[in-house]
Amino acid sequence: MKTALREYLLALADDELILGHRASEWCGHAPILEEDIAFANLALDEIGHASLWYSVLAEIEEQDPAVYPDRLAYFREPQDFRNIQMVELPKGDWAFTIMRQYLFDAYEQVRLEALSQSGYEILAQVAMKIRQEEFYHYRHSSAWVRRLGAGTQESQRRMQIALDELWAYTGQLFQPIAGESELIQAGYVIASENLKDKWQDKVYPTLIESSLVIPATPQLHMNRQTHTHHLEVLLSEMQSVARLEAEANW
Amino acid sequence: MTPEEAWRILDEIKDPEIPVVSIVEMGMLRHVEIEDQTVTVTIAPTFVGCPAIQVIQEHVTRSLEEAGAATVNVRFTYSPPWSSDAITPEGREKLRDFGLSPPQTHQGLIEIALLDPAACPYCDSTNTSMRNSFGPTLCRSIHYCNNCQQPFEAFKPL
Repeated sequence: MKTALREYLLALADDELILGHRASEWCGHAPILEEDIAFANLALDEIGHASLWYSVLAEIEEQDPAVYPDRLAYFREPQDFRNIQMVELPKGDWAFTIMRQYLFDAYEQVRLEALSQSGYEILAQVAMKIRQEEFYHYRHSSAWVRRLGAGTQESQRRMQIALDELWAYTGQLFQPIAGESELIQAGYVIASENLKDKWQDKVYPTLIESSLVIPATPQLHMNRQTHTHHLEVLLSEMQSVARLEAEANW
Repeated sequence: MTPEEAWRILDEIKDPEIPVVSIVEMGMLRHVEIEDQTVTVTIAPTFVGCPAIQVIQEHVTRSLEEAGAATVNVRFTYSPPWSSDAITPEGREKLRDFGLSPPQTHQGLIEIALLDPAACPYCDSTNTSMRNSFGPTLCRSIHYCNNCQQPFEAFKPL
């Protein structure tokens, strides 16, 4: 059971950490000041959520919750990360960033809503807490999808390219997480594949409303152990300072 | 130290990002338990990623130790999660004086609460519009008052 919980919590946390890092890359570079502020906030939220999930894992594995989140973020190798590939892709242009954030935010609303009903108390409590905050992300990214999709010809074109590029990766959102069946049996989680319909109910109308075409490309179904080379590049930068002096007291 | 004394001491501890409102007025302090010289304080964090949480934890520990506690444990709870509805009427008043429009009460229906425009903390007008649901800290949004033509910040309903 502990292994299954670890896999599940790392999946939740690593998605947040890596997407948070990508969001932080817009700090000082976003197209308008409001979005510079917004994406700095998104990054801070996501990384905070990752840290909280890591500290839940710390309790389960009897580690120090004050230290363990940093150990997990900065001292694991790429193959030990359990995030989906969608969040590790380079930030791309503004359309790509918005589309990725939106597709993920919608998924997260669905995942966390289900998790709020978990029979594992701390999982339910934390999911409920994080979902409240993520609601602001979902609201923000879905407004931007509408604005750009139904905006100018150029913004619509770029949004469609972003959607086409990202679509294959969305299959991974609903792949079973390793050990998931054990957690389903215990009443802790519902099957990841059962989240897909709810996600589609959210995402399809918004995309269509935004003058975008749902791609016909097949969705890929790789597990969370496989990564693109982009994760390695991202981690080598993100982890470099912490690894200079592993025992440093910040 | 009695629990009442501890609550009084903790009512002096301010959120460092909003230095006029105490953690009691913010509705963050849930529980104080005293056993011999050990004080256990339970706090409900506002926004999970808020960097002020760690500072608050340090201030709680230090001020209770200075008041004679031998050991201070600070625990965090998410059950039930902190809600901006828990901010006391005094706290809301102080937020407004500080220039932050207090959050709309929502009873869990944030989406509906957000339909009400934030009231301008300077002129009380509700003829305002939200410019950015993200602001200089995680808990703030940025607005503009069409009446007195001032930009202002609001505390987000959560």
